[in-house]
Amino acid sequence: MAQIEQIVKDTLPSTNQIPERSRIDVASELLRELVAHLRQNRTQLREEWVTRISETRLLTAMTKDEIFAEATSVYDSYVEALETGTFEALQAYARNLSERIIPRGVETHEVVGIVLLLRDVLGRSLFAKYQTDFKKLNRILDSYEPAANRIANTVAVGFVQERERVIRQQQEAIRELSTPVLQVRERLLILPIIGVIDPQRARQLTEQLLRGIRTNRAKVIVIDITGVAAMDATVANHLVQTVEASRLLGANVIVTGLSPEIAQTLVTIGIDLSKMNTVGDLQGGIEQAERLLGYKVATLVEPS
Amino acid sequence: MEVPILKQGDVLIATFQAALSDADLHQLRSGLVQRVVRFRSRGVIVDVTAMDVMDSFASRTLREIAHMIRFCGAATVIVGIQPEVAFAMVQLGLTLEGVATALDLEEGLAYLKQKVAIVH
Repeated sequence: MAQIEQIVKDTLPSTNQIPERSRIDVASELLRELVAHLRQNRTQLREEWVTRISETRLLTAMTKDEIFAEATSVYDSYVEALETGTFEALQAYARNLSERIIPRGVETHEVVGIVLLLRDVLGRSLFAKYQTDFKKLNRILDSYEPAANRIANTVAVGFVQERERVIRQQQEAIRELSTPVLQVRERLLILPIIGVIDPQRARQLTEQLLRGIRTNRAKVIVIDITGVAAMDATVANHLVQTVEASRLLGANVIVTGLSPEIAQTLVTIGIDLSKMNTVGDLQGGIEQAERLLGYKVATLVEPS
Repeated sequence: MEVPILKQGDVLIATFQAALSDADLHQLRSGLVQRVVRFRSRGVIVDVTAMDVMDSFASRTLREIAHMIRFCGAATVIVGIQPEVAFAMVQLGLTLEGVATALDLEEGLAYLKQKVAIVH
């Protein structure tokens, strides 16, 4: 261990021949000075930042007061992260902030934008303060820049992670909701499909349907795709396969609600729909299914 | 392992026990057709509930069985294909065209009853 430390020390460039010990002292001294400067000018810098945010038209989904309140917390966490060099608190704050603002439609570029703006505002104030002492400015920037970059990185990554988590959660919810298999009569199932069918959803759909046929002992299934806007060749083929697999289980499939657009796409791609029993709308599909099952629907009393 | 063939009135029932060799399938084919002729059966049920794999040879043989039996004047229905097996078959293009299928033995009997007026 001691050996490694020795090697690290040797390979580190020793700036200005200052001994190791005092160099660290100088660095932390500079950082302390930097933090003190930022604390001292907190009100002014924070206001400047908020002005810059509204000038660049970021965070338009939030009110001025909200921006100011959030800006204050971000500013304080920012300075704290600079001071302590630990990013856990900032990370937690970024996650918490993201949780609050994502539902309001705040975009990634806005969050990255405001953090970079703050970095810019603080950088400029440092330039203004140390413009007479170029050497010191350089050293201050040496300790400021890496920390500021890490902060920007932390906030951006936190935001994106939170967003991805939300997206994953929503996808899951949609998947669960997306493929109901409903029994309308003894041995008659309806499978209404709404939205876009991607290959994964198509697979899930097939599974649910085939399992539904077994558990409900279904003889006729009506697949209604009125709510499907478009369909590509892969999905169309999958649908045909599902129909054939259902037949192997002894069930009849009726597909209803093919839109003219989908019909045209299917004809253009050359999908063989001859094995499929298609009916114009869901009502017609259910009527045909009832005929297949031997039901006859009759009105008992003439409606008045 | 040989597939047992049971006679129940006008119907013959062949139940697959497990994965079968090609020779077993050939034997089943000739055995079934001979019995249809001998017993003057009206319908045949092939129960494949126990099969968790259906290769192209097995599925082709099933089709041949159904067609041969039709030439002998009886109807065939394949019952008990598992959902996973069904989808795998379709993906391989083995769709048993022109062969009747039903969910299970009960459904198969109901189908034959309606199709060839068997008594059971």
